[in-house]
Amino acid sequence: MTVLDLLDAPERLEPPAPVLELRGAARQFPGDPPVHALHPADLAVASGEYLSVVGPSGSGKSTLLNLLGLLDKPTEGEYLLDGIPTAGAGERDRAALRAGHIGFVFQAFHLMPHRTVLENVLLATLYSGVPRSERRDRALAALDRVGLSHRVDFLPTVLSGGERQRAAVARAVVAQPRVLLADEPTGNLDSESSASVLDLFDELHAGGLTLLVITHDDEVSARAQRRVRIADGYLREIP
Amino acid sequence: MTGVVGAIVEAWGELRIHKLRVLLALIGVACAVTAITGVTALVSMLNQSFKEQTERQSGRVVTLNVNAWSMGENATPPTGWDAEFERVLERYDITYASRNEWTQAMIRYPDGTRTTQVQAVDADLGTINRIVPEQGRWFTDADEEAMAPTLVVNEAFLEAQGLSDLSSHPTVQLGDRAPVRAAVVGVLRDEWADAEPVAYVLYDQFHRWIGPDGSGMQSGGSGPAVQGPMSAQVPSMYLWVPTELSTDLGDQIKRDMQAVAPGWQVDVQDNNYNTGGLDRATKWVGIGVGAFALLLGGLGLVNIALVTVRYRIREIGIRRSFGATSGRVFFGVMLESVVATVVAGLVGVVLAVAIIKNIPVERVFGGGIQDMPPFPVSAALVGMAAAVCVGALAGLIPAIVAVRVKVIDAIRY
Repeated sequence: MTVLDLLDAPERLEPPAPVLELRGAARQFPGDPPVHALHPADLAVASGEYLSVVGPSGSGKSTLLNLLGLLDKPTEGEYLLDGIPTAGAGERDRAALRAGHIGFVFQAFHLMPHRTVLENVLLATLYSGVPRSERRDRALAALDRVGLSHRVDFLPTVLSGGERQRAAVARAVVAQPRVLLADEPTGNLDSESSASVLDLFDELHAGGLTLLVITHDDEVSARAQRRVRIADGYLREIP
Repeated sequence: MTGVVGAIVEAWGELRIHKLRVLLALIGVACAVTAITGVTALVSMLNQSFKEQTERQSGRVVTLNVNAWSMGENATPPTGWDAEFERVLERYDITYASRNEWTQAMIRYPDGTRTTQVQAVDADLGTINRIVPEQGRWFTDADEEAMAPTLVVNEAFLEAQGLSDLSSHPTVQLGDRAPVRAAVVGVLRDEWADAEPVAYVLYDQFHRWIGPDGSGMQSGGSGPAVQGPMSAQVPSMYLWVPTELSTDLGDQIKRDMQAVAPGWQVDVQDNNYNTGGLDRATKWVGIGVGAFALLLGGLGLVNIALVTVRYRIREIGIRRSFGATSGRVFFGVMLESVVATVVAGLVGVVLAVAIIKNIPVERVFGGGIQDMPPFPVSAALVGMAAAVCVGALAGLIPAIVAVRVKVIDAIRY
C-alpha cells in the first residue's frame, strides 16, 4: 500500500452526509406548563431519499417542517442540513441555506396572485445565487418539467388547483435545491390533481431529488419509499 | 452592486403590479416636487423680472452714474470731458458705457415746428438700460458712422408725426436754420400716459449737427441760435462696471473726471441697492409650501405602504422561505417606496418644467423677461432629494413591519 492509496482510501470509504439530519432535536414552546411540540428526535434523510412524515392534526408535523425548513430553531439538539450544523447559525446564514438547499411546496400553493406563473417561478432564483442570465431559461425548464409550458404567462388565479401546485413545485425546484419539503401538498386538491402532483413527485425522485413530504393522508404517505410517523411530538419510523 | 440593481429591479416590478396604489400615493409627492421646483423657478423668474424692470430705470447692476455741476454761474463746460470719457473706458476696460445729455431740438411736425425733448446718448445705453423698442430697433455702432442722424422716438413722438408704425421708413426734420433729415429707426413705449414726444439721438451725431459747445440746440447744423444758450451742462455718464470693483472704480473715475473739469463738482453714484430680501422671502415661502405638501404626500405614502405591507405579509413570508434575508426584505420594501418617490419626483420635475416653459411671461410678470433665467436645476435636485428622503422615511415604517413578519405565521394557511 502506498501513501497515495492511504490518502485516497478514506474518501472512498466515508459515506455521504445525510441531506437532513436531526440529532436529538427538540422543540419546546414556553408556557405553563411548557408545550413539547417535538420531543428529542433523531432523523437522517440521505440524498435521493423520498420520505413521508405522516401524522394527525396537532401531532407536531408543522413544527417538524419548520425545523427542517430552517424557519424555526430547535430548543435542544442539533440539525444538520447537508452536513452543516444550523442550530447556532445566524439569520443570514439560515436564509442563505434555505435559498441554496431547500425548496418549499405549501398546501395553499402560496403563489403570488398578481405575478405570472413564470414570475412566480423566477422568485426562487432571486435569492439562491442563480446568475441573472440563466434565470429565465431555468424557470422555463422547470415549468416544462412540471408540464406547464403552456401556462407560462398566465396568472395563478386562472389555473386549476393541480396546475397551481405544479407551478409551486416548479418554483421549489428551479434553484436545484438539495431537498424538496412539501407540507400537505395535496391537501387542497381533488383526487385527480393529487394523483398528478404525486406522479410528479415520483418523477422528481426518480431524477435523484430528495423529497420529504408531510401529510396526514396515509395514501399520500404510502407513495414514499420511507415513512415516518409523528404523534404527540414523538417521531418513529414506520417499518 | 448586482444585489442593489436586483433589488431596484425587484422594487420596480412590485410597483408595476400595484400601479393604482402607487399612483394614488404618489400624486401628493409629485405635486410637492412640482411645487418646490416650480416655485423656485417662478421666484427666480420673478426676481429676474424685478431686476430687469429696475435695470430699465437705473441701469444694470452696477451702473456708475457720473454727474457734474458747475460751481459758478459763468463756468464754461470742460472741454476735455468727452476725451476723458473715452480714456476712462480704455483705462478701466469698461465695455458698456453711455453719455446721457438731456437737451432740446426743433423738430418739424405736420402741424409745424416745435421744440422737443431730445436725449443724446451712446448706443450702449440700450444694453445698460435693457432698452427693447416696441418697433424697429435701438441704435447700433453703425449708426454712429452714418451720414445722417438716426432717431429712436417714443410712441407720442410717432403719433405727433401722424404715424402709427415705421413701415414707411419715416424721416423727420431736425433743426430750423440748417435742418437735417433724421431717419426714425425705432419706437419706444411711452413711459406714462399722455407722455410728451421724446427723441433719442446718438451723442456724437447730435454734437456733429448741433456743435460741440452745446449751445445751438435749436439751430441744427452750425447756424446761429434762435434763443440764447441754455445754462452750461456736461453730459452725465453711465458706466456698467463689475459689482466687486464698483466702489474703487467710482472713486478713481470721480478723481479722473474731476481733473478735467475745474470749477465743476463731479459726483459718482451707483445703483447697487441690496434687493435680495424679496427674493429670499419668496424663495422660503415656496420651499415651505413645497415641504408641507411633501409632508402630506409622504404621510399618504406611509399610510398606503403600511396597508399594503399588511396585505403582503404572506408574500413576504414566501420570499423569506425562499431565502430572502430580513435585510433584503427591509431594503426591498424601503426601496419600493424610494423608487416610487423617485418616479414621482421625476414626474414632478417634468411637470414643473412644462409649467415654467408654458407660463405666459408677459401676462404674469407684466412685461417680457429679456434674459430668461435658466431652469433651476438645483431646485429640481433639491426636489428630487426631498422626494427620495420622503420615500426612505415613508418606507422605513412598512419596512420594519415587513421584517417583523413571522415567516411561520405568514405561510401557515
